[in-house]
Amino acid sequence: MAAPETSTAAVPTLYTNNTLRNAFGGVLSFFILLLIGVMAFSIRLFSVIKYESVIHEFDPYFNYRVTQFLAKNGIYEFWNWFDDRTWYPLGRVIGGTVYPGLTLTAGTIWWLLNSLNIPLSVETVCVFTAPIFSAFASWATFLLTKEVKGTGAGLTAAALLAMVPSYISRSVAGSYDNEAVAIFALIFTFYLYIKTLNTGSLFYATLNSIAYFYMVCSWGGYTFIINLIPMHVLLCIVTGRFSSRLYIAYAPLVVLGTLLAALVPVVGFNAVMTSEHFASFLVFIILHVVAFVYYIKGILSPKMFKVAVTLVVSVGLAVCCAVIAVLIALVASSPTKGWSGRSLSLLDPTYASKYIPIIASVSEHQPPTWPSYFMDINVLAFLVPAGIIACFSPLSDSSSFVVLYIATSVYFSGVMVRLMLVFAPAACITSGIALSQSFDVFTRSIKFQLPGISSSMEVDAVETSSATAEAQNDAVKTEKSEETSKNRPSKKSKKKEKEKEEKPSTKAKAEKRLLALPLDSSVIFLLLLILLGAFYVVHCVWAAAEAYSAPSIVLTSRSHDGLHVFDDFREAYGWLRHNTDVDDKVASWWDYGYQTTAMANRTVIVDNNTWNNTHIATVGTAMSSPEKAAWEIFHSLDVKYVLVVFGGLVGYPSDDINKFLWMVRIGGGVFPHIKEPDYLRDGQYRIDSQATPTMLNCLMYKLSYYRFVETDGKGFDRVRQTEIGKKYFKLTHFEEVFTTHHWMVRIYKLKPPKNRIRGKTKKSKSKTSSASSRGKRSGTGKKNPWQ
Amino acid sequence: MAISRYVLLVVFTIAMLASTAMSDPILTKVDRHVENPGPLIMSEVLLAFPELQAKNLAYLMASSHETKGKPKGSVVSLPIKAVNLDERPSAVTFYSVLLPKEVAAGESFTLDVLAVFTHALRPVPEHITQVDIQLVLYRDSVYYLSPYEVKVQSLTVKLPDSKIESYTKLESTKVHGSEIKYGPYENLPPFSLSPITFHFESNLPFAVAQELVREIEISHWGNVQVTEHYKLIHGGAKSKGEFSRRDFQARPNDRGASAFSFLVAHLPARARSVYYRDLIGNISTSHLRVDSRKTELMVEPRYPMLGGWRTAFTIGYGLPLQDFLYESEENRFLNMTFGSPMIELVIDTLIVKVVLPEGSSGILAAAPFPIKQWQETKISHLDIGGRPVVVLEKTNVVPEHNQYFQVYYKFSGLSMLREPLMLISGFLLFFAACIGYMHADTSISKSSASYLAKQQWEEVQVLIQKVQNVINRCLAMHDNLEASLRDLSRTGDVQACKAARKSADGLLKELSKEMKPLLTSLQAYSSAAQILPKVEELVAKERELQEKVMLKHSTAVEGYERKSGARDIDHRVALLQQKITALKQEVDDLLQFIDDI
Repeated sequence: MAAPETSTAAVPTLYTNNTLRNAFGGVLSFFILLLIGVMAFSIRLFSVIKYESVIHEFDPYFNYRVTQFLAKNGIYEFWNWFDDRTWYPLGRVIGGTVYPGLTLTAGTIWWLLNSLNIPLSVETVCVFTAPIFSAFASWATFLLTKEVKGTGAGLTAAALLAMVPSYISRSVAGSYDNEAVAIFALIFTFYLYIKTLNTGSLFYATLNSIAYFYMVCSWGGYTFIINLIPMHVLLCIVTGRFSSRLYIAYAPLVVLGTLLAALVPVVGFNAVMTSEHFASFLVFIILHVVAFVYYIKGILSPKMFKVAVTLVVSVGLAVCCAVIAVLIALVASSPTKGWSGRSLSLLDPTYASKYIPIIASVSEHQPPTWPSYFMDINVLAFLVPAGIIACFSPLSDSSSFVVLYIATSVYFSGVMVRLMLVFAPAACITSGIALSQSFDVFTRSIKFQLPGISSSMEVDAVETSSATAEAQNDAVKTEKSEETSKNRPSKKSKKKEKEKEEKPSTKAKAEKRLLALPLDSSVIFLLLLILLGAFYVVHCVWAAAEAYSAPSIVLTSRSHDGLHVFDDFREAYGWLRHNTDVDDKVASWWDYGYQTTAMANRTVIVDNNTWNNTHIATVGTAMSSPEKAAWEIFHSLDVKYVLVVFGGLVGYPSDDINKFLWMVRIGGGVFPHIKEPDYLRDGQYRIDSQATPTMLNCLMYKLSYYRFVETDGKGFDRVRQTEIGKKYFKLTHFEEVFTTHHWMVRIYKLKPPKNRIRGKTKKSKSKTSSASSRGKRSGTGKKNPWQ
Repeated sequence: MAISRYVLLVVFTIAMLASTAMSDPILTKVDRHVENPGPLIMSEVLLAFPELQAKNLAYLMASSHETKGKPKGSVVSLPIKAVNLDERPSAVTFYSVLLPKEVAAGESFTLDVLAVFTHALRPVPEHITQVDIQLVLYRDSVYYLSPYEVKVQSLTVKLPDSKIESYTKLESTKVHGSEIKYGPYENLPPFSLSPITFHFESNLPFAVAQELVREIEISHWGNVQVTEHYKLIHGGAKSKGEFSRRDFQARPNDRGASAFSFLVAHLPARARSVYYRDLIGNISTSHLRVDSRKTELMVEPRYPMLGGWRTAFTIGYGLPLQDFLYESEENRFLNMTFGSPMIELVIDTLIVKVVLPEGSSGILAAAPFPIKQWQETKISHLDIGGRPVVVLEKTNVVPEHNQYFQVYYKFSGLSMLREPLMLISGFLLFFAACIGYMHADTSISKSSASYLAKQQWEEVQVLIQKVQNVINRCLAMHDNLEASLRDLSRTGDVQACKAARKSADGLLKELSKEMKPLLTSLQAYSSAAQILPKVEELVAKERELQEKVMLKHSTAVEGYERKSGARDIDHRVALLQQKITALKQEVDDLLQFIDDI
């Protein structure tokens, strides 16, 4: 007989089967993780394959330059680096004003490779740092989600994060920016927090502080961590989930983490002084109070405890009131209430546009639009709610953290496009949980309704025995039906009984483990889920390949005769690098500062680290002044070349004319003689014949459109889609020294002072005026010298 | 030297090509017809250059001009060496040409001399605007400077264009378009000089590489990687004032005429993975034409090169090893051209670095012209000691220097395996370390409470696993019994059924024996305290279940033995069956619970 044989055979294999399955599962998930890492890395290489291995955009160029310095001069020189190539004549202390995490990471990788005699250039290391760290980030996501909801959800979340477009946009090969390593650090810190919370191990708590330190090194976004974790701790306390594990997870993090954070020069005493860190200390105190109360409760009798509570509450309230009053007084004494401008604009989305135009002028600080959610997280937007529901069944410490994480990050992403990046991991984790749970439910309901198929896959001793019993039941039935009719009634009853005894056991099992859904609908839903996943993958690959891989220093356009490359930026920077004097100063709008220092190696007046608003306003004022006034401003700053970006010939929309209103606003914010309405005709910004004379005579207009009319005879601007207002004019104080092939970058040289001198009297006059203005500047300080 | 005592009659025809393609170097081609009228046999001829020219002299070649027989192409260059003559004026530099055969008195011999000068053309004016035309000045002597008496001499100057600003007019000057002819002059005394100047228009590109570093890296895996770092300058009249892109694009011929926007590099055939980049990335303006005999790379700098503008870039390409490396056993030599593949380029300083594979020895470099050389080491991918590098340096290099040079060295093929083996052993060590780590116990304190607890817990888990295993086997036995009952109802074979029960009974007893030590050892562990009651409950339930199953079995068998009806048996068994089902459920639940821990 077959049945006894199989069941006896099943007995010895059972034990090995279980461990084998576990081992196999472990190896499988290891390989899946490896493949996820490979995918996370390789999906970000589109930019290298489609364009070239080059640093992208603006900030990465600065990071690249810092890394080069670090690789060349070593760590101690790096901490003391005073950069005289930017913010002329002020300079900038790079070592003390930069988040060093990214630079140190890439520098360490470079050093390690070189000490192994693998001579990669610093540039190569920088280009590939972001993809490598996104692989790490997806592994960290796996760990975090595994802690929350198990391996399946972990793998799904890791796969989702590996290709989420929002994260790809900041971590394609060449996008060498802080966020590239910071997202990994963020997720890993959260993972270690959850791990500590689940295990209560001090070891993980220490690791958590170190991970937090790395995060502080890498990105200003670390304030998100130091606010989110206290929030979660508070939530746990409030919902009565206080435990020793919670204490171990939080207290060491605050103490060690704050000490470590204070070691980073750019943070320093901000780690205890600014309001961003206030919540963590408050919760730290609350946690201790709660822990103390629990302790007292343990050692005192209930009656005594009541007495103690009344005593402590009355005394404690008085002390608390005093402390809080002092704190409020301290905080209120600072004009920004102890918050930095960027944080304030997060809490009050209208703050930046009201008070700090320089923050508002950056496109990534604008609130996102709905399509950008769809673009950046795609189907995850639909899966997130399901994931949140899954987190509530059952709600544990760790899953409540995920819920809190997603809730806060949704808000922040709604305020600033840039923080979509913080939201993306949360969305991936919740969607991973949702997807994995729904797959779980559907596959299980299919499995239990197709026992024949399932038995080969999921070997369960009881299950197989019941299945074989059932099969035998059937066999018995068929055989018996052929037998004599005499036995029929008895057999029927026996069969009924058999069914009764077998069915409940399997059913009970099934009901206990799953909410069995109908087979056909679960198959359909499964297919739909796979379809949804496929759609996500297609979208991500498209986003990685088309939307986010352009390095923005090289532009391409497809026309009927093939690909056309616009390499004007590097043409201009290359020209500056080779054909100007090493110490010449180049003035441009701050967007191009980092690139100019890195690619052209020339001193700039302002750059993308917008730390000095007045200096930027000075350049903005010069750009919006008439030629002569602008010349005087630039001359006083020792500027030799002025660089403007002009897209009118080829239709490159993000050029200086389009950014010009920000220059006016920022300039006008410091120097009131620049008034925005002077540049607008009836509230409209235009450069055609309707434009205001102030607009048509300002330096930016002149430098952009100098001799532009000769290209087509009309001066048709392809970005603004109009003919320009003032077509024929001459420059008196500037001369064109270089214009790139597509006119996208135009470089002008300030004419030497003697050219503007027409008579002896004027010369002496200008000299005295400049001397007096300089005197005034040093004397009064606030008075605008070029009025 | 003795030669000066004899009168040598020399016939000159100097054709001065004031550059055809490039204008910085001046090619002077001299045909010398040497007659030896003296009594002595002479074996060498002296060539003299005034100091002004000597310092610009980049290349000098003399060949015997066999008038009859041999085709013109097969010229044999004669050995030339610089000589210092004490009694001669110091402003003159001498080179002596060793003649292939000695020229006896009265015999004649024709010698071709080719000299190439760099930086001999001076832009006048030195600064021009974008609109201006570039004018250059050239100075020379109308008489060929010679230590010998010259019988007949003529001079032809070929200029690139017929637009000549001014030139020195002598009595026997003829102008044909861009050619100016002087002479013939007869019976000139030694060292006669008469300066002439030409001021003419030249919009030819003055592409000068101030420094070119060529790095040739040999990999015995089949590739010769050539990397060339150029530092380029437009050596003509410097541009001043505005540069208007508009003018340059609209009228490139008369606005910025002296600018050049591209260079052509003639790479060897089968060059592959060609790249062209600079410090800030790839330069997209280049074109590559490939055919079977050559590879032509048109290199366009990022911006047009106006007078005085500079740029720097790197080109690189791989070449198949077998085309350039010749080997016999361990002796190998590399045979490559020396100069730049760009034929319009004058190079001020050329440094050629030949990077040989690690482990090469007996290195020797040979070039057809005098050259400075030394050795360095370079540490590259996965090297330990570094690779030997032969560095060759030469100043004033012109395309005529594109001749083959050789680097001889010894290299054993086994050394090629060094790096792969290193990698393999490195990974092996890594994995071994991983295995070691996984097996090693890394906890610091073996006596700490948590460590002990952890270890104990692991042991407990193993025990529980064993218990579960036994229980599962018992359950399987129960199933066997059930199956035998079913067989009984089908076949009515009571004996077989009894036998089955007997064997099951025996097995179950054995199993319960097995269970006992497990339970006692489990009791010994303190950490098993919370799980122990559950396990004991499980065991008890299982025993109960076992009894019930046995009972059921025996009742059923008894019934059959008594030949009572099936319904009767079912009736009797039914109650038991219910209990069994309930117990089974409980056991399952307990198993599940223990599994979850």
